[in-house]
Amino acid sequence: MKKYLLDLKVADNVRLHPNYCLLKLTSEETLPEMIPGQFVEVRVDGSSSTFLRRPISVNYVDKDRNELWLLVQLIGDGTRRMAEYRQGDTMNVVLPLGNGFTIPDSDQEEKNLLLVGGGVGTAPMLFLGAVLKSKGFHPIFLLGGRTQNDVLQLDDFAKFGEVCITTEDGSLGEKGFVTNHSILNTKLFDTIYTCGPKPMMVAVAKYAAGKDISCEVSLENTMACGFGACLCCVENTVEGHVCVCTEGPVFNTRKLKWQI
Amino acid sequence: MKNPVMTASGTFGYGIEFADFVDLTQIGGIFVKGTTIEHREGNPYPRMAETPAGMLNAVGLQNKGADYFANNIYPNIKDIDTHMIVNVSGSTVETYVECAEKIAALDKIPAIELNISCPNVKHGGMAFGVTCAGAAEVVRAVRKVYPKTLIVKLSPNVTDVTEIARAVEAEGADAVSLINTLLGMAIDADKRKPILSTVTGGLSGPCVKPIALRMVWQTYNAVKIPIIGLGGISNWKDAVEFMLAGSSAIQIGTYNFVDPAISVKTVEGINDYLDKHGFKSVTEIIGALEV
Repeated sequence: MKKYLLDLKVADNVRLHPNYCLLKLTSEETLPEMIPGQFVEVRVDGSSSTFLRRPISVNYVDKDRNELWLLVQLIGDGTRRMAEYRQGDTMNVVLPLGNGFTIPDSDQEEKNLLLVGGGVGTAPMLFLGAVLKSKGFHPIFLLGGRTQNDVLQLDDFAKFGEVCITTEDGSLGEKGFVTNHSILNTKLFDTIYTCGPKPMMVAVAKYAAGKDISCEVSLENTMACGFGACLCCVENTVEGHVCVCTEGPVFNTRKLKWQI
Repeated sequence: MKNPVMTASGTFGYGIEFADFVDLTQIGGIFVKGTTIEHREGNPYPRMAETPAGMLNAVGLQNKGADYFANNIYPNIKDIDTHMIVNVSGSTVETYVECAEKIAALDKIPAIELNISCPNVKHGGMAFGVTCAGAAEVVRAVRKVYPKTLIVKLSPNVTDVTEIARAVEAEGADAVSLINTLLGMAIDADKRKPILSTVTGGLSGPCVKPIALRMVWQTYNAVKIPIIGLGGISNWKDAVEFMLAGSSAIQIGTYNFVDPAISVKTVEGINDYLDKHGFKSVTEIIGALEV
């Protein structure tokens, strides 16, 4: 897919949580085509300690409003600066980057598809669920957080499929981690997609491997460029070291050398 | 050469990675990813740590080897209308020579940049670039088999870079490029562990610019062969400063990651500078620093 270097306008920046903001970016031109699982590289101006762009996954693309949504977890100076961007500000973005999740053929609409997200890893699941629904599937979301305040965008997720929730303190949904949720014992899935903290993804991958379910994970290895030039974000795979930014960020777990 | 702006090895892939962002033919030259005779997997992840105004890397010369380059990559880049230059690395004098010979056979590669300064490999690499004898030995051997333009990339991790520059000039290097990355390190205090899998890595980006500029100036006053200056260049003004300090051409490295279109912007900025100050040619500002 052709990549673009664009100055986008901030349409809205919503503080969903003390540690998360939802940036909605737009442009006078129609935004380039993006697919679920892809990411963008955002240049952060006005933070002296932030040198490199920040890779952020595509949370949602609102075609009607010509908006790209980025769910940003405020971790360091760069992401905290992103929370300060206001409506009308300009943000320089490289997009779209990487490969997306595998979307099944539409004629297989009976497939049971589970989308598992934890923390900021829920971000790409929204766009993936939206596209799957538009293709006639009925995706099930399984979202995990520490407390009820950490599970975000629930109204948006509910538009595209059934939403299952776990929280570590039991304040919302079932208590425990995503892999403790009862849906995993009551329903058999054909494909599982997951993104989140690595221990969570490894646990999901183990569950999938145990039941012989195809599993795709989205990795977030630290990277400098985002388009295959720096060779910093490599993951060890059955094909050797490959760049997460160009060969991923989505990988089938069969390709990875994880201990699962 | 169309213009003095080139892109540094390891920061611009094989050029084609940037084709969506810039017109590659507007760049003076593209130094492609470091190539070795053998396939190298590079160092384990993590390989990168961001620093204020820069980054550390420990890629470790990951590449698929000179044969793969010749058979699979060269056909895709040979017709790009600019100077495509291959950065050649090795672990022994013999492997440098073998790799240089392979690249010499490729018609559309007019030059090689001999990397005797990679800080991220255990054997060879920087070991050759930090002593006059080591640098001289590898340049002498490669010079015998490589008839085209031979550029030698120097390490800043030395007491006196001019000694190494003189040593490689004496062995027939056509030009030197400097600086490669500075050896550095980053620590995760919470985990009490190094961030890079290799503990130490190469520092690059705007934070190294003053050191690079100083080394270019010192080298300009020590050798007669042309100098290609690099180290933290992030805009046309930096590029002009390197030329005033004695660089005949410059390379943009790490900043390509921040602004993938910076190379062509720098070409335009230098031209505006020349017009503004009434210079007819870029050659008029090479070493024109008034001290």
